[in-house]
Amino acid sequence: MTVQLKTAQNPRGPRPRRILNPTRLMIYGVLIVAALYYIMPLWVMVMTSLKGMPEIRLGNIFSPPMEVTFEAWGKAWNTACTGLQCEGLKVGFWNSVQITVPSVVISIIIASVSGYALSFWKFKGSETYFTILIFGSFIPYQVMLFPLVMICRELGIYGTLSAVILVHTIFGMPILTLLFRNYFASLPEELFKAARVDGAGFWGIFFKVLVPMSTPIFVVAVILQVTGIWNDFLFGVVFAGTKNWPMTVQLNNIVNATQGVKEYNLNMAATILTGLVPLTIYFISGKLFVRGIAAGAVKG
Amino acid sequence: MSTSTTADFRTRLQDWLPKVVLAPSFAVILLFVYGFIAFTVVLSFTGSKMLPKFDFIGFTNYAKLFALQHWTTAVVNLAIFATLYIAISMAVGLMLAIFLDQKIRGEGLLRPLYLYPMALSFIVTGTAWKWFLDPGIGLEKTMHLWGWESFHFTWIKDSDMAIYTIVIAAVWQTSGFVMAMFLAGLRGIDNEILKAAQIDGASNWQLYRRIVIPMLRPAFLSAFVILFHLAIKSYDLVVALTGGGPGRATELPATFMYSYTFTRNQMGIGASSAVIMLMTIAAIMVPYLYSELKEKP
Repeated sequence: MTVQLKTAQNPRGPRPRRILNPTRLMIYGVLIVAALYYIMPLWVMVMTSLKGMPEIRLGNIFSPPMEVTFEAWGKAWNTACTGLQCEGLKVGFWNSVQITVPSVVISIIIASVSGYALSFWKFKGSETYFTILIFGSFIPYQVMLFPLVMICRELGIYGTLSAVILVHTIFGMPILTLLFRNYFASLPEELFKAARVDGAGFWGIFFKVLVPMSTPIFVVAVILQVTGIWNDFLFGVVFAGTKNWPMTVQLNNIVNATQGVKEYNLNMAATILTGLVPLTIYFISGKLFVRGIAAGAVKG
Repeated sequence: MSTSTTADFRTRLQDWLPKVVLAPSFAVILLFVYGFIAFTVVLSFTGSKMLPKFDFIGFTNYAKLFALQHWTTAVVNLAIFATLYIAISMAVGLMLAIFLDQKIRGEGLLRPLYLYPMALSFIVTGTAWKWFLDPGIGLEKTMHLWGWESFHFTWIKDSDMAIYTIVIAAVWQTSGFVMAMFLAGLRGIDNEILKAAQIDGASNWQLYRRIVIPMLRPAFLSAFVILFHLAIKSYDLVVALTGGGPGRATELPATFMYSYTFTRNQMGIGASSAVIMLMTIAAIMVPYLYSELKEKP
């Protein structure tokens, strides 16, 4: 068919393609301009963070530094003021780690088992539960925010790391359970039946058959949760308490500090540092990243 | 005999195990999601200020809410922001996806560049753009240094224009992700259909307008739902980029809810604004999820 198209003298047919006709040039032009738009803020941030303050005041934002200095990075990490303390972003970094790791691990364990139970061990009411989960997963957090504060106060954990971990774990569960349930539901049922005939029980099938063959979905779940929790601001600012503020909250405090001279290089270094963890995950995980983000996008 | 009873017991345990495993998370979700929604709805009908009280005052909070200039600003801002944000993100995403789908050299290099902002926190995005858009040090100053003295870009300080800077930053963050969704849709279209249309003499433009774009309907729908959802819950971006200002020029319902509930001690009104947010999202999500559930067996 294509051969015919190329040889036909029909004037309505597509023009023979040159390597760079005007249309292709236009397409490449648009794509490159778009790439510049996306890359520009990152470029400006990196360049600014490597300059000294006098150079920032004089020069333009796009130019590379005449004199590269990592001073701002060190300050942002070690001595920047995040409210009353001036111990830098490292405090926020470790808080974020302490919040993210347990929330991710616990929510994935619970959700993977729940998803497995919902897909392979259907019982009366399991579909109803599934529907309840789906509708529960997209509710905006603002709706639950105040009652959450109350219950955390009652439990005596308001303003501690446990409160943020609890909240992240609970609100990660619905969407993760859906993710696992849909993945397990797509696996052939014979697999499950064969394992049962061989005498494997509920846990046996899960750990010996399903978990070993489900690495991709676990990776997607980790991406979804780590980026979601690391980038969270609302729960951190409400539940963690001043001492335990995650990195995003501390970054916002550094940048919006009203006292003293604004050190733009320090602000930019702090911004990059805060974005570094999710960016690293993004660049090493490739295609699975999009799946993780897509699954998490409608989370409250 | 005894072996058969233990076997019976084990079978029965196996039947119960899934329910036992699901019960705690089910209880937690019922309480924390549905119970708390109910609680907030109840609060919105009470005269609660700093602490919850249960003196029911009917729809008074809702009447007060809609009489507040502050809330009107937030709703109008959300309408402007959501419309532009969704429309521009989809247009940019679709265009980039179609262009990237033209057997582009270096696609593998370009795609990650379009997508990386989605990995960042809205706080990071807001901070970066705040700096870039600041007339005193950012883009405007650089243009002046380059000799374009008449260049003015002071939207972020201008209460009429500040809401558009939120659109710019939000589009930057998510349009690459929308591109990825459309690109996946495009790659899923059967090439034979396109070839057949080409043979019938369809121009490229007609091909896309009449065949390809209509076939992307599912991608449009999910992109719309995701963007709508992101727009309504936008909070972090506003906090980092403008702090709701100048004045109240960039307040959105999410920032309104936060300040009325936690800093102004007007809990009843804060709760009623949260309920309005919930209803707006539900108006889109419930029909969408319902149709999704019906389609799947």
